[in-house]
Amino acid sequence: MRLIKQNFERDGSGFVTLFPEEPEDMWYAYNLIRPNDLLRASAIRRVTTESSTGSTSSTRVHTTLTIRVASLDFDPQSSQLHVSGRIAEETKFTKVGQYHTLDLELQRNFTLEKDGEEAWDSVARGIIKEACDPVKSADVWAVVMQEGLANLAVLTGARTVLRQRIEVSIPRKRGGRASDHDKGLEKFFQTTLDTLLRQIDLTESKPILLASPGFTASSFQNFILDTAIRTGNKLLMAQKANLVVVHSSSGHLHSLNEVLQTPEVNARLKDTQYAREGKLMDDFMALLRKDDGRAWYGPNEVEQAVEKGAVGRGGGVLLISNALFRAQDVAIRRRWVKLVDKVRDIEGGEVRTLSSEHESGKRLDGLGGIAAILTFPLDDLDDDASEHEVPTENENELRV
Amino acid sequence: MSRHKLVKTMNLDDELDDFDGADFDDGYDESEALTADDKARLENGVREVHSILGPSVNVSEKSIEDSLWHYYYDVDKTVNYLLQQQAPTVPVIPLEDNQASSRAQFKHSTSSLFCGMERCCDVPFSLQGFFADATWRHVPPERQGEILIEPLYPRGGLCGGSPGAGEAKISKLAALAAARKKKENEKHTCAESHESNASVAMLEKLDTRTPSAEASDLKGPANSGPDTQSVASQSRPTRHGLRYPSKRRDYSPAGSFGKGTPKEAPPHASESENPAKEATPRSNPTAAPSVFAKTMFGDAQDPILSVMPPIQSLALSFPRSSGAKAKSDPFAGPSPDDVVAKAQSSSKGVKAAKKAAQSAKDDKATNDITANIEAVAIDEGPKPRSKNLDVLAEFEKSRAKNAANFIVIGHVDAGKSTLMGRLLYDLKVVDQRTVDRYRKEAEKIGKSSFALAWVLDQGTEERKRGVTIDIAMNKFETSKTSFTILDAPGHRDFIPNMIAGASQADFAVLVIDAGTGNFESGLKGQTKEHALLVRSMGVQRIVIAVNKLDTVQWSKDRFDEIQQQVGAFLTAAGFQSRNVAFVPCSGLNGDNIVKRAEDARASWYTGPILIEQLEASEPTNRSLDKPLRLTIADVFRGGVQNPLSISGRLDSGCLQVGDRIVTMPAKETAVIRGIEVDLEPADWAVAGQNVVLHLTDIEQQYLKPGDVICLPSALIQNVTAMTVKILAFDHLTPMHVEVHRGRLQVAGRITQLVAVLDKVTGAMAGKKKPRLVQPGSVARVVVQLDSAVPLEAPGKVILRAGGQTVAAGLLE
Repeated sequence: MRLIKQNFERDGSGFVTLFPEEPEDMWYAYNLIRPNDLLRASAIRRVTTESSTGSTSSTRVHTTLTIRVASLDFDPQSSQLHVSGRIAEETKFTKVGQYHTLDLELQRNFTLEKDGEEAWDSVARGIIKEACDPVKSADVWAVVMQEGLANLAVLTGARTVLRQRIEVSIPRKRGGRASDHDKGLEKFFQTTLDTLLRQIDLTESKPILLASPGFTASSFQNFILDTAIRTGNKLLMAQKANLVVVHSSSGHLHSLNEVLQTPEVNARLKDTQYAREGKLMDDFMALLRKDDGRAWYGPNEVEQAVEKGAVGRGGGVLLISNALFRAQDVAIRRRWVKLVDKVRDIEGGEVRTLSSEHESGKRLDGLGGIAAILTFPLDDLDDDASEHEVPTENENELRV
Repeated sequence: MSRHKLVKTMNLDDELDDFDGADFDDGYDESEALTADDKARLENGVREVHSILGPSVNVSEKSIEDSLWHYYYDVDKTVNYLLQQQAPTVPVIPLEDNQASSRAQFKHSTSSLFCGMERCCDVPFSLQGFFADATWRHVPPERQGEILIEPLYPRGGLCGGSPGAGEAKISKLAALAAARKKKENEKHTCAESHESNASVAMLEKLDTRTPSAEASDLKGPANSGPDTQSVASQSRPTRHGLRYPSKRRDYSPAGSFGKGTPKEAPPHASESENPAKEATPRSNPTAAPSVFAKTMFGDAQDPILSVMPPIQSLALSFPRSSGAKAKSDPFAGPSPDDVVAKAQSSSKGVKAAKKAAQSAKDDKATNDITANIEAVAIDEGPKPRSKNLDVLAEFEKSRAKNAANFIVIGHVDAGKSTLMGRLLYDLKVVDQRTVDRYRKEAEKIGKSSFALAWVLDQGTEERKRGVTIDIAMNKFETSKTSFTILDAPGHRDFIPNMIAGASQADFAVLVIDAGTGNFESGLKGQTKEHALLVRSMGVQRIVIAVNKLDTVQWSKDRFDEIQQQVGAFLTAAGFQSRNVAFVPCSGLNGDNIVKRAEDARASWYTGPILIEQLEASEPTNRSLDKPLRLTIADVFRGGVQNPLSISGRLDSGCLQVGDRIVTMPAKETAVIRGIEVDLEPADWAVAGQNVVLHLTDIEQQYLKPGDVICLPSALIQNVTAMTVKILAFDHLTPMHVEVHRGRLQVAGRITQLVAVLDKVTGAMAGKKKPRLVQPGSVARVVVQLDSAVPLEAPGKVILRAGGQTVAAGLLE
């Protein structure tokens, strides 16, 4: 993403013009655009004109529309963002108040205007900063598999996108019929490889993680190399150095968590966001197991802990999922932004925003989207907390 | 093939040059160049012909000479020929053309085949010629009747099976069949026409020759019987026989000559060599048609042939022309090839093709064939019919042996597979030869101690790596009980497979490696986890085989130590002490398994050995009257007749052949075609049995291991969320887990920790919404599943995360 123009007022309102360059940027845009914002982008609109005789003709026109955002729809598979709302500025073709859905396009500017006080809060500005950071972490492909099941995913800086799930029924070994199983396994490998080749661009050199319990991944690696030799596929052969075989406890996608913590992967992907996030979550979980009152999760508990000053200098860490900032309700979003600002600016603690599209972020979402490592133990935070429930309607919405 | 090639590539002119070379070169162009001998013979011939013909016939000296030359000084033939020529309407044959005549002459002299071709085209049929020797109004009766005149054929090349000619090759089978039919026809028609002409009689003799004689004909004149051979050589110009006996035979009339279209072929075929015919006084210098030719073009005595000179032969066969022809014309119906092709296209059966070939020649037969083929059409067989058995009553009646399934568990490399291999070997379930073979193969890859394990570890990878990966099922019987072994993998990565096996087991055999250090590491590892798993899946009884005691010199102390430690743990895990039994043994040597250890150091143990302990297990009660539930363990191809089969253990209920079942979560129905209980075909099966079901009416994509089979009347529901009462083995927070139930494995999340419960009473204990469930405590949690799966209330599930079993639970 490139920042074309930025104009923030003193009161926190203002606009930015952004130029999305790659699919990943749509994800940032999705986190940036909130309902009630003004969005101006190029659009294709069908215009119906009625002649004096009553006959109608419709044409498609390219125009630029400004809408007041009502809802957003993000398709993680194709990284497309659809923003719908009511047109806020009259054009030659449209009237104010008509509905339109803008499909944000790559390589086309869009302008986002937020009005109201503190609309451009620290989190929103942080997103812009992150999105426009020229140093991008490389994408990584991961094939998490077990016999008969493979999940093909691509890990980008901010997201883990499941590209394909492959299920092949492999006959079990039966007395004297080992060949059935071998045949089934080979068919499974072939299907997985075919799918992988359809998804990835072999000319790029990206790490491909092969993770499985048992020997499936290493067998698959051998299968890939054998196939490359057999078919004389030089491009595939060149991927040999990129194949990393790792152990995972299962073939389900959430096993990526362990995969990313293995030394083999860590050596390669040390400074990537997802590796860092995964590590943080593991640390938190380890602390939680100790049950010494230093690890807390859940909105109310964490808020209380922050109020008590436990998430501050000297090891206090606030883990927060960016799903919380996508709340429909401005008040709810403001609540989290305030919390973040407090920890960071007043308490001096560390704030980590985890992407809800990563496996680690999903783990955090399972804990209510927010967790904290405290500087000193606090007990019984949950006693009174259970009384007043916090609306968490956004939780379901984010799980696409 | 080679002959076809030969013929195709043969340059006729070259051939002619070669063969005519030395002797004929002189006589080729100029008659002056004739040898004196030739000249003398020529003159003699001319004189003779003149005398025969008499003055009434006006023939030029020159044409007589040419004819004589043509016929090799054969006066009779020349006369015949000239008489024909006398007919006024007959177009004059360009005999003056030296090239043509010499060619014709060559052809005749070398191969009557060529000769026939040439002549039939050179000499068109004419009525005048035909009746030349008959006086007006006194046509011999045999020559009266319907004259079927074939149209003149264009000057053609050679006949035969040229593919370009439009007629496909006839199959050997069809040819044979047609030939047989022909022969019958011949006999028949010959008999019919017996009285019509006396001269036929002579031919008839020949016609009804034995097949062997006919066969010799096939080989050509040189090989034919001595009598005909001699006659032939007499009646022919001697040169022929002398010069090209063998070479020409290569181009036998058996169908290798081939450029002509089939339409041109008949005259050629009918003129083919027939030495037998030459035995008649006025011989036709043609051979009998080959079997092939007969098949292709009908009988040799077809009128077409009769049209040809010499006229005598024509007279012989005339009367039968109308009847026999119509019947035997092989082209009247669809071509045999068409019929065969048709037959083959609709049914691959050789039988059908044979039938088709045999009755190729008439339409009626063809119709029969199509009818036959329709009848042959693959019968899908009747839909499996239910016998409507009262399965429970049948089961009561059968009262077979006790059946028990047990799972063999333990830490990796404790020797589970080897122990079971030894058990099977000692019980003679596996023969010596197989084990010897395994031993040899195992030695080859340097894993000789794995030989017995190979009895169960049959997978390629399992053998290569020396690790059990998947459950192996084997059967054996003792006098009291029939057992099914479920040999579980010990490696922690394959615990899902072990869980699948445990769900089918009635009791468990825990194998413990007594080796120094191994027992301790095992106890930390899968020994514990397995024991907990089988216990939480409902296994009550456990037999502990303390294995590899030979490696610690059968030390009783070691055994006691293990017994004490494991016993304590098992009691803690919920096994009642009366259901726990220890046996010291050695799987590799087979001590205390089927027979008591012979080692003196092991004499301290006098308790029951392993096999006795197995037999001591009581039959478990089966939930027969509950609705049918069967968790699919495997989906596979059961064989040629059963393209889709599933296996699994009947959790509850019963089923029989013909039942319509529903598979969940796909919610697709299928029909049971066949049932196998312990590899024996059966009509029904009841809960507790390990069965193989052969299914029809369903696609494989709807069946996955872990799916549940039930009856349409009592469907199991698909659920995406469930409340589970769990026993935690590890810290539980809201987290990702894998939910296992038998083969069923699905990813999910613990979304809510509802409450921690009191272990004994099950009442709510402690806080309402704990943020953490401590290991060993009982709690109620809500689990959200990634996909809808069939699960129902009293189901036992295992929750795993990160390769660890974190909880076992009971659905609520």
